[in-house]
Amino acid sequence: MSVTSSAVRERSPARPLPVPEPPRRNHIRRQTHPMWFLAPAFAILLVFFFLPTVFNFVYAFTDWSGFKSAINPVGFDNFAQLASDGTLLRAVRITLVYAVLVALFQNLFGFGLAVLLERDTTLNRVARIFFLVPVLMSALAVGYIFQALLKPQGSLNHLLGIDYAWLGDTTWTIVVVAVIHAWKWMGLSMLIYLAGLKTIPEDLVEAARIDGASRMKAFWSIKFPLLAPAVTFNVATALLGSMNGFDIVQATTGGGPARTTEILNIFIYRTFGQGLFAQATAMSLVLFLLVALLAFPVIRTLRGREAAL
Amino acid sequence: MRKAQPFAVTALVLVVIGIPLWLVVVTAGKSQGEALNPDLSLPQHWQLLENLRQVWTEGEVPAAFFGSLLVVVPTVALLLTFGSMAAWVLARRATRLNAVLYALGISGIVLPPAVVTVVLLLRQLGLAGSAIGMIGVYTGIYLSTVIFFVTGFVRTIPPALEEAAQIDGAGPVMVFWRIVLPLLRPVLATATILICLYVWNDVFYAFFVVGGRLDTLPLNLFRVASAGLYLNNWHLIFAYVVLMSLPLVVVLAVAQRKIISGITGGAVK
Repeated sequence: MSVTSSAVRERSPARPLPVPEPPRRNHIRRQTHPMWFLAPAFAILLVFFFLPTVFNFVYAFTDWSGFKSAINPVGFDNFAQLASDGTLLRAVRITLVYAVLVALFQNLFGFGLAVLLERDTTLNRVARIFFLVPVLMSALAVGYIFQALLKPQGSLNHLLGIDYAWLGDTTWTIVVVAVIHAWKWMGLSMLIYLAGLKTIPEDLVEAARIDGASRMKAFWSIKFPLLAPAVTFNVATALLGSMNGFDIVQATTGGGPARTTEILNIFIYRTFGQGLFAQATAMSLVLFLLVALLAFPVIRTLRGREAAL
Repeated sequence: MRKAQPFAVTALVLVVIGIPLWLVVVTAGKSQGEALNPDLSLPQHWQLLENLRQVWTEGEVPAAFFGSLLVVVPTVALLLTFGSMAAWVLARRATRLNAVLYALGISGIVLPPAVVTVVLLLRQLGLAGSAIGMIGVYTGIYLSTVIFFVTGFVRTIPPALEEAAQIDGAGPVMVFWRIVLPLLRPVLATATILICLYVWNDVFYAFFVVGGRLDTLPLNLFRVASAGLYLNNWHLIFAYVVLMSLPLVVVLAVAQRKIISGITGGAVK
């Protein structure tokens, strides 16, 4: 490829230089990179992504339901009702707590695994593949596996010799479910941290070691700061992924006990199933606004990263 | 510490990954009575094949497998073609309009799709419950991911190759098809792996769009499990999990190197 490009570069002075003439360059671009190439992608985005989002802002303020065919505007009634019985705030709080817990555990586990499996030995390569199995598995299947493992008479209690209802505790079950979510995705975080560790030149660490830094000190003050891009990526994807989560919670607790693990998507699924479409839409709008609000810093980081690529 | 590492790794893999997977396999091999309370003991009498045969028919696995393929294959094809076409022009023509379009195009990476109203829209379009509607919804959701990855990748490719072809008189379609697309192969591999992972395992969006009208593997697992939990049929639930995960295990065993470099290729450079 480098041979071809240098050949082209040698030839390029022979044709009119496009760079100093912006209008002309734009004209050339119009022919060589026509805008209709964008049409199919943006048509699909418009119909299947943006239009439903616009609908979200409309139908959240109606009485759309499965019980009658007419749809009338009702103003903020849906939100007032969701707020008055405490559902709105509780679902938002649970979703945020769940997202933060998942981001925390998934990164702790993923980072720990990456450090443990950093050297390229045969055993480490095999271990990495094993930790990748849950990433590829269906989240629903993962949920059922842990439901069985964590039953009161299940294997975990048997192994530990205790009798604890892991999935029936109104305070701690959300933490347990977040750990399961993190278990499923920790292999992905591990791979991304491993890739980050690989980009750090060995001589940097060696130089610090020669200067008398301990192994620990060299790790935390040289390697760790250089992992910043991997941390940003992992935290952002874990946060956004778990805010949009559904399968694992549905398969382990279904939102229980006493709705203490009912994240927004579980609520949306449940109310939709009951035919309360407008309420489901209102919550879907809440999720949209919640993510949009938190996404601003995330998008900025992603674009910054992309510029650095 | 170095000497203890292999033991720590082996123990960790056995406990953290081994125990859950062991539970699946032994329970899938048990009779209903033995599997009432799933534990780690070996079945007294292996009946894995009988259980697999039972869920094969009760869970309608052939129909579900076909349904999953029917959705995943066109989704991937549309995403790769339309996504890279758009990304190529967005990366090469840096106008103000394109900056706005790019921001819109990648907004779906973070913004959650409107799952409830998309059902209403599909009804109005006459696509409710159809595979075409499902393909459209998945394509709409994951186009952002493809556009983001591919645009970033195109910017790292020197335009000289395209220019050479243009001088030789090739039109944009020809240049895209013959020059650009082959160069995009690594990033398209990454995108394919990610999309397959999401779409093949998705159950949430499928519930809303095709639930009850088209069989897919995760939807049928949910059906088998919902009935199974009520009847305490853990052996059937895990037999289904074994069936559903087998193709993935085979793919992982054959293409693990590709998958690992594919997943990490797009993330950290």
